[in-house]
Amino acid sequence: MFPRPIQQSSPGVQWLYTLALPVALLIWLFPLLGVALTSLRPASDLAQGNYFGMPSGIAWENYIYIFTETPIGQYMVNSLWVTIPTVIGAVGLSLMTGFALAVYGFRGNILVFFMFVAGNFVPFQILMVPVRDMTLNLGMYDTWYGLALFHIAFQTGFCTLFMRNFIKALPYELIEAARVEGVAEWRIFWFIVLPLMRPAIAALSVLVFTFIWNDFFWATVLTQGVDSQPITAGLSSLNGQWIAQWHLVSAGSILAALPPVLMFFLMQKHFIAGLTLGAVK
Amino acid sequence: MASAPPDHRTVRRWNQRTLAPWLFLTPGLFMFAVYVLWPIVESITLSFYDWNGLYNQDGEFTGTFVGMGNYAELMTDPAFETSLWNNLKWLVLYMAALPIGLFIAIFLNQTVTGIRLYKSLFFFPFVISQVVVGLIFAWFYAPNFGLFYLLTEAVMGQGTAILADPDLVTYGIIVAGLWPQIAYVMILYLTGLNNVAPDQIEAARLDGAKGWRMLWYVVLPQLRPATFIAVIVTVIGALRSFDLVSIMTTGGPFGSSRVLSYYMFEMALGEFGFRMGYGAAIAVVLFAIMMIFISGFIWKMWRDEKER
Repeated sequence: MFPRPIQQSSPGVQWLYTLALPVALLIWLFPLLGVALTSLRPASDLAQGNYFGMPSGIAWENYIYIFTETPIGQYMVNSLWVTIPTVIGAVGLSLMTGFALAVYGFRGNILVFFMFVAGNFVPFQILMVPVRDMTLNLGMYDTWYGLALFHIAFQTGFCTLFMRNFIKALPYELIEAARVEGVAEWRIFWFIVLPLMRPAIAALSVLVFTFIWNDFFWATVLTQGVDSQPITAGLSSLNGQWIAQWHLVSAGSILAALPPVLMFFLMQKHFIAGLTLGAVK
Repeated sequence: MASAPPDHRTVRRWNQRTLAPWLFLTPGLFMFAVYVLWPIVESITLSFYDWNGLYNQDGEFTGTFVGMGNYAELMTDPAFETSLWNNLKWLVLYMAALPIGLFIAIFLNQTVTGIRLYKSLFFFPFVISQVVVGLIFAWFYAPNFGLFYLLTEAVMGQGTAILADPDLVTYGIIVAGLWPQIAYVMILYLTGLNNVAPDQIEAARLDGAKGWRMLWYVVLPQLRPATFIAVIVTVIGALRSFDLVSIMTTGGPFGSSRVLSYYMFEMALGEFGFRMGYGAAIAVVLFAIMMIFISGFIWKMWRDEKER
C-alpha cells in the first residue's frame, strides 16, 4: 500500500493526521460551506454587512421565499422531465449497441465503436447550430422532449463505451453455450446478458442523471421559458434578477445542487465505479 | 440422416448472426448519426456561409456562400485572439489538477475510521453543477465582502476584485473550474492507488525506496492508466469551459475572459446578432483543437484493443 499505512507511524504523526483530515476538508469545502450558511442568513444581516459573523437567526424563509415567489419548483420539475427520460433512453439504447459491439465480430465493428467514443469528446459548439436549427424545424424547441432527445443521442456515445467494455468482460462461454443450445440471439441478449448488466445499468443511471441534471449549455440553447427550462438555466436567469441578493442566490444554488448530491450519496459505489472506468487495468 | 436439417439450421443461424448486430445497433446509431455525426458535417459546411439563422417564406436557406471568408475574418478578429489565448491558459493551468489531485489522493489513501466519508466529501465539488460552482465562486470573489477580497485586503492592504480585473479574471475562473476537476482527478487516482500491486511496493521498500523515489519510480508507473484518463478528462474539461465563463462574467470585463466555446455562443446566439456561419467557423477551430486530443485517445485505445 502506498503511502505507508499511518498505523505504522509514531503516535504523534497519527494524531497529526487525524487533526489534519477535518482541517483539510474544511478548507476544501470552504466556499460551499459559506454559501450554505449564507442561504440560511436573514436578508437583514446581509444588509447590515454581517456576512460572516453570527447570524441573527436561521432564516428558513429564504427557502420558502424562493419556492413561493419564484418558479424554482417548476424548474426542478422541468429538470426531472428532461433527466429521467434521458437516463432511460440512453441506458436502453446503449445496452443494445454495447451488446452488438461486444458480442459480434462483424466487419466495421471497431470503426463503429471508435465513432461512438470519439463522438463523446466532440465540443458541444460544433453541434449547436444544426441541432438547434433541427429542433426548431421539428417544432421541439423549448420542450422537454426536444432537449431529452438530444441528450439521449449524445449520452449514448459514452454509455456505449461503458456497456461494451462491461459485456466484453463477461464470460463469453455463456453466450457460446446458449448458441450451441440454439437460443435465438435476442433471447441471449434478454435472458442471459441483461440480467448480468445490473451493476452497469446502476452505474450509468446515476452518472447520466448527474450529467444531465447539471447540464447548462444545452438547456440554454434548446429551451427558453419557465415552462421547460431546467434548474441550471433557471437558476442562471434568476441570478440575473437577484442582483446581489446573496441569501436567495445561495438558497437557489443549494437546491439545485441537492438532487445530484443525494444521488451520489445513495449510489456512491456505482457512481465511482462508472466514473473510474478505465482508471485501472 | 444427419445432414439436411442441421445444414438448414446452420444457415439460419449464420444469417441471424450477421443480421443481429445491425438490428441491435440501428436505434442507437440512428440517434447518434442524426444528433452528433450529421451536425458536425453541417457545421463545417455552414462555416463557409454567411447566415443569420433564418429561412425565407418558402422555407429556403437564406445564407450566402463566402468561401474562406469567415476564417479570414477570424484571423484579424482581436476577440478571437483573446479567446484562443485564454483557451491556452485554461489548457495549461488545468493540468495543475493532476498533481494536486494525486496529492490529495495520497493524503486520503489510508484506512482510518471515517475515511470513506472524507473521500466522499472531498469528491463533492464534482457532483454539483458548474452553474452552482460558478455562483459559489462569484460569491467568494465578490468585491467588498467576498472572502477572497477580504483575504487580499488583509494581506496586501487593498482588496482585489478579481472578476472585474481584465488581467486576472481568467485565472479567477480557472481556479473555480479546478475545484471540481481536482476532485475528479483525485477519485481516479484513489481508485488507481487501490489497485497498486502491494508486493511491488513491499519489495521496493525492502530495497530502501521511500518518499519521492518510491512515488516516481514504483507508484507512478503503475498509475499510468489513471493518469491517462485524468489527462483526457482534464483536457476536455478545459476546452468545455462554457458554463463558468457564462455564469461568472459573461465573457467580461471587456471580453477579456472569453474562451472559444463562449465566443462561439456569443456570435451565433448572443446579443451581437445571429452570425451562424461565423459561429460555426469558431466551432470548427475548437473542434480541430479537440481532434488532436481525440485522435491521440483513439490511437491509444486502438493499440490496447490489438494487444488483447
